[in-house]
Amino acid sequence: MSNLLARYVEAIFWLARYIERAENIARIIDVNETFSRDSRGGQNWSSVLQLYADDTRYREIYGAPTAEGVIHFYTLDASNPSSIVSALKIARENARTLRPLISTEMWTQMNMFHNRLRAMSADEVQKPRLPRFCAFVKEGCHTHYGITEGTFYRDEGWYFYQLGRNLERADQTTRALDTKYHLLLPSVQDVGSPLDVSQWNALLRSVSGYHAFRRVHPSGMTPADVAGFLLFHQSFPRSVVCCVETVDETLHALRGQYALTGGADAMERLDELRSEMRNAQIREVLKTGLHEYLDGLQGELIKVSQALGRDFFGYAAADPAE
Amino acid sequence: MTAGKQQQSQSAVRASKAPPETPAAAPISRPGLLSSYDPGGSYCELLGLSGEVTEATQTILERINQMDEASLRARARDAELELYNYGITFTVYTEKDSIDRILPFDVIPRVIAPPDWRTLDYGVRQRVTAINAFLWDVYHDGKILKDGVVPRGLVVGNANYRPEMEGMDVPQGTYVQINGTDLIRGHDGAFYVLEDNARTPSGVSYVVENRHLMLRTFPDLMESVPVRPVSDYGQKLREALGETAPDGADDPVVVLLSPGTYNSAYFEHIFLAREMGVPLVEGRDLVVEDDRVYMKTIRGPQRVDMIYRRINDDFLDPEVFNPNSMLGVPGLMRAYWKGNVGLANAVGTGIADDKAVYAYMPRIIQYYLGEDPAIQNVETHICREKEGLQYTLDNLDKLVVKPVGEAGGYGITVGPHASREELDHCREKLLADPANYISQPMIDLSVSPTLVDEGIEPRRVDLRPFAVTGKDTWVLPGGLSRVALRRGSIIVNSSQGGGSKDTWVLE
Repeated sequence: MSNLLARYVEAIFWLARYIERAENIARIIDVNETFSRDSRGGQNWSSVLQLYADDTRYREIYGAPTAEGVIHFYTLDASNPSSIVSALKIARENARTLRPLISTEMWTQMNMFHNRLRAMSADEVQKPRLPRFCAFVKEGCHTHYGITEGTFYRDEGWYFYQLGRNLERADQTTRALDTKYHLLLPSVQDVGSPLDVSQWNALLRSVSGYHAFRRVHPSGMTPADVAGFLLFHQSFPRSVVCCVETVDETLHALRGQYALTGGADAMERLDELRSEMRNAQIREVLKTGLHEYLDGLQGELIKVSQALGRDFFGYAAADPAE
Repeated sequence: MTAGKQQQSQSAVRASKAPPETPAAAPISRPGLLSSYDPGGSYCELLGLSGEVTEATQTILERINQMDEASLRARARDAELELYNYGITFTVYTEKDSIDRILPFDVIPRVIAPPDWRTLDYGVRQRVTAINAFLWDVYHDGKILKDGVVPRGLVVGNANYRPEMEGMDVPQGTYVQINGTDLIRGHDGAFYVLEDNARTPSGVSYVVENRHLMLRTFPDLMESVPVRPVSDYGQKLREALGETAPDGADDPVVVLLSPGTYNSAYFEHIFLAREMGVPLVEGRDLVVEDDRVYMKTIRGPQRVDMIYRRINDDFLDPEVFNPNSMLGVPGLMRAYWKGNVGLANAVGTGIADDKAVYAYMPRIIQYYLGEDPAIQNVETHICREKEGLQYTLDNLDKLVVKPVGEAGGYGITVGPHASREELDHCREKLLADPANYISQPMIDLSVSPTLVDEGIEPRRVDLRPFAVTGKDTWVLPGGLSRVALRRGSIIVNSSQGGGSKDTWVLE
C-alpha cells in the first residue's frame, strides 16, 4: 500500500479551495446585484473591487468601474485570476492532476461544468440574467460537493479536502461581511434605516443564512446581530468560527487517525485563533473597526494555510490569487 | 489462417500483380443500411473473403443493416459527447490556447474471427519472445552479431543503443514488458507486421474505453455476441510488473512515471494508474538517496520498487542522459544498475523496434526460436544487402523506399506516386548510401464499414495488439483499431484525420 503523494494532497487542498471560492464569488456578485438596485448603484460595484483588492488591476484593463465591466471581470474574464472562470479552471487543472485518485463522476462533472462555463457568452452573465448565472455556478459547485461526499475515497486526502474547503469558506465569509462594511462607509447616517436593513437582509441571504439567523434572532435585525452571527455563531456552517472549528477538528482527526506528525504549527495557530474568537464581543469588534478585524482574521487564515503547506506539501502553499 | 496460405499471400504481394479475389457483396438478406456498401477491391474486415463470414459476424452484419441511420447517428453523437465529457482527450496546443480533442470514435466495430486471432495471438507472443531474447543477447554476449545474422553496426551504431545496459541482468530476462505490434491486412486477407513498438507504446486506454463505450451505447448490437473481454488489462500489467520487479521486493511498490498533465497521452497514464491502483508520479515526486528510489509522500519518503515509465530513455536521468531533462529523476540509473529499482520497459529497447532492425526480425525469430514467423513482415528489401539493393533499383516505381534513420515519414519515396525526377533522385541517394534504406511494396490496407458523412463506407484500418510480459507473455484480445476517416486515405494517425473503433475478438 502506497502513501499519498504530497503533491496529490496539495492538489486536493486547492481543488476544494477553488470550488469554494468560485461559489463564493458567485454569492458576492449575486448579493451586489441586489444591493446595486438602490440609488448608489454605480458605487456599489467598485466596492467589490476593493474587497478583493483588484481596483488597480481592473482599472488598467477596463477603466472606470461599471456594472457590466465588474460583472464580466469576476465571471468570464479568463485573464483575471480572481474570476469564476479562472477559479474553476484551476480547480479543473487540480482535478486533472488528481484523476488517478478522484472518482470518475467527480471528474466528469467538473469537466462538464468547466466546459459549459467556457462556452458562455458575455450577455449570459449580464443583468437581468446574472442571478440565474450565479445560481448555475452555485448549483455546479453544490453538485461537486455532493458527488465528492458520496464517492471520494476516505483516506488522508478526504481530510485535506475538508481543510481546504473550510479555510477558504472562512476567508470568503470575512470578505462577504466586508462588502457591507464598504457599502456602509459612505453614509453612516443610513445605519438602521429601512435601506440598511434590506442590505443586511440581502447579505444574510447571499450566504444562505437568513432563516438560520431568524431562528436565533426571531425579531429585529441590527448590524451587530448580523455581523456577530456571521462571525461567531457556532452552528451556522458558513460562520467564521464554525469553519475554524471544523478545520481544527479535521486536523486533529487527521493527525490522530493516520499518525501524522506534521501540522503542529497550524494547530498552534488555530488554538490561538479559536480562543481569541471565543472571547471576542461583536460590540467591541464594531467599535474598534470591523474591517480591521476582518483583515486580521484573513491574515491568520493565510498563516494556517501556509503552515499546512510547509508540513504536508513539502513547501509553503502559494495562492496565485492572493 | 494456415502457414501455407500465408506463404501464398506473401508471394501475391511480392508480385504485386495477382488480381485480388473480389470480396463477396454483403451477404445480407434484406435491404438496409449496408445495401450499397461496397469495399471495392479491398479486403473487408466484416465481410471477409467470399464464404468466410461466420455465424457471429452474420448476426452483427444483420443488426447493423437493420439499424436506422438517423438513430445510429444520434447514438454516435452521444458516444462522442460522452468521450468529451469524460475527458478522454488528447491536447492540441496552439500559440495562444490548448484545445482538448477527442479521438474520433466510429461506432461500427472491427471484428476478428477466432482462427485469425489464434494466429495473431501466437504471432505477437512469438515476436515479443524473440525481441526479449535479442535484447538480452545484444546487451550480453552479442552472439547474433558474432554470427553475422544482424550487422553489428546496425545495432551498436544505433542512436537507441544504450551502452549503459551492457552486462546488466534484468529480472526474467524481460526487457519489454509492454509491447505494441502494428499490424495491417493486405487485400489477400493476410496480416503483416508493419512496425514494432518496444519503447513506450500507447493506445491501450482507448481499447478498454472504447469497449466500455460500446457496452453503454450499443448493448443491442453486442447482445449474446461472444466478444472476448478486455477489462483485465490493468491487472495483467500489474502482475507482470510485480514479476519483473527486483528480487527481494515481497509486495513491490509500483508507480507509473508520467511527464505530467501537459503530455498528450496523460489520459492514458491516468487510466493505467487507476486500473492498476498505483500512484501516478512525476519526476519531481521521486528522489534517489543511497542508490534507492523514494517518492515524496505526506509521511515523508517511501521506497519505490518498480517504475512503469512513460518517459523516453533520454529524459529518464539527467545524470546519465539528457542533462537538461526536467522530467526525469537524477540518480535513477544508479539505482537501476544496483538492482534497487526496476524499469518497464527496460532502458535501451529502442534498438528492437528500429526500422532497419525490423527488416531482420524474421531472421531474429528464426535464430532464437527456430521457427518461422507466424505473422510475416511486410516484405522488406534491405538495401545494405546486394540483392535487396538490386531488386529495389529494378522496381523503384513500384516500391516505397524508406530511410532507416529518419522518423516521422521524412525522406520516404512512394514509387507509384513519384515523378521521373523524384525516382532519379531516389536512385542517386540509394547508390550513394544503400545501408540507409529499405524498400517495401505498397500494401492495399483492408477496410472496415465506417459511419461517415456520406453514409456507411469502407475505410482503411490497422491494428495494434498489446502484449504484456512478466514471466510469460499475454496478449490483450484485439487491440487498437485505428481507422482513416478520409476516403481513400491510408493515414490512420489521429493527427491526420484518424479515428478508432472497438475491436471484437470473437470466442
